[in-house]
Amino acid sequence: MDKDEIDQTILSITQDGIPLEKEPFEEIAKQVGISREEIITRLKRLRSIGIIKRLGVSVNQRKVGIVANAVVAWKVPEEQLEHVGTLLSSYTEVTHCYGRVTIPGKWEHNLFTVVHGYSRESVEAVAKKLSEACGVSDYLVMFSNGQYKRTSVKHPF
Amino acid sequence: MMKMEPVKLDKNDKELLQLMQDEFPLEERPWAILGEKLGLTEDEVVARVKKLSAEGVIRKLRTILDAQKLGSCSSTLMAMKVPEDKMEHVVSVVNEYMSVTRNYRREHDYNLWFTVTTCGGKNLGETVEEIKQRTGIPESDTIDLPTTHVFKIDVRFKFTDSGADGGESHG
Repeated sequence: MDKDEIDQTILSITQDGIPLEKEPFEEIAKQVGISREEIITRLKRLRSIGIIKRLGVSVNQRKVGIVANAVVAWKVPEEQLEHVGTLLSSYTEVTHCYGRVTIPGKWEHNLFTVVHGYSRESVEAVAKKLSEACGVSDYLVMFSNGQYKRTSVKHPF
Repeated sequence: MMKMEPVKLDKNDKELLQLMQDEFPLEERPWAILGEKLGLTEDEVVARVKKLSAEGVIRKLRTILDAQKLGSCSSTLMAMKVPEDKMEHVVSVVNEYMSVTRNYRREHDYNLWFTVTTCGGKNLGETVEEIKQRTGIPESDTIDLPTTHVFKIDVRFKFTDSGADGGESHG
């Protein structure tokens, strides 16, 4: 069994946030109604089987000066998509990398990356570095000039 | 782009952020373990964490789940060419949807880009169609690009050594 009801309760609570208190897992234990030791054991197991990709803090990068972000969209020959997607994903400056459908004649860039940096110039330099690394020269750098919404996906349980 | 003075971080703050982001200890007294690595007491770590949270540097301590392993979500990226005088209306319609998790203005003819993610059997296509209709942006000025491959989602940054983009340390 990969997860039972207690696991689902723990996942549901912790995806919303673990309190930044002195004994954070004690707080979760109280909410779930099991011991802190069991919470930790279950979280470790869920992490080891990959249902939890990461447990840690998320940082508002703008607050530490990482204020530039761009979607860099690439036109990659279909047979190279897997290779180029994997390669670009290996760069820490790339936080997201997706393959997407194209709409012939309307939108033909099929690989999307999100690149963050301290300045526009640094993001542009990263895009150039990525282009040289993957050998794809047809790409668009679309800087963000306004953030209207940013929330996280809540998985239903 | 929104202008904002960055929060000043000292060496301990940066190392703490890096560890809390990448290697949060799944132990009974996690702050004490982080403190040992940094030469700080548990109470000092907790105080720093609360300060970083109050300053908005830390959004949350949370679990990030693998949507593919949970097997219940599908998503698309939509973009629209939105005339300036319609922007406010379109943004308010789009943002109403829980399934819209990101919505950014971008420097391109397609000037509004947002992701739509539906989970647990809800129909992605229906939501997309409804958004198109309600915004009133014509089909010819809209693109809908469903995800075919998820290569990476890992929103982590570098706070120590070189910066997230190497921009600070080696230009």
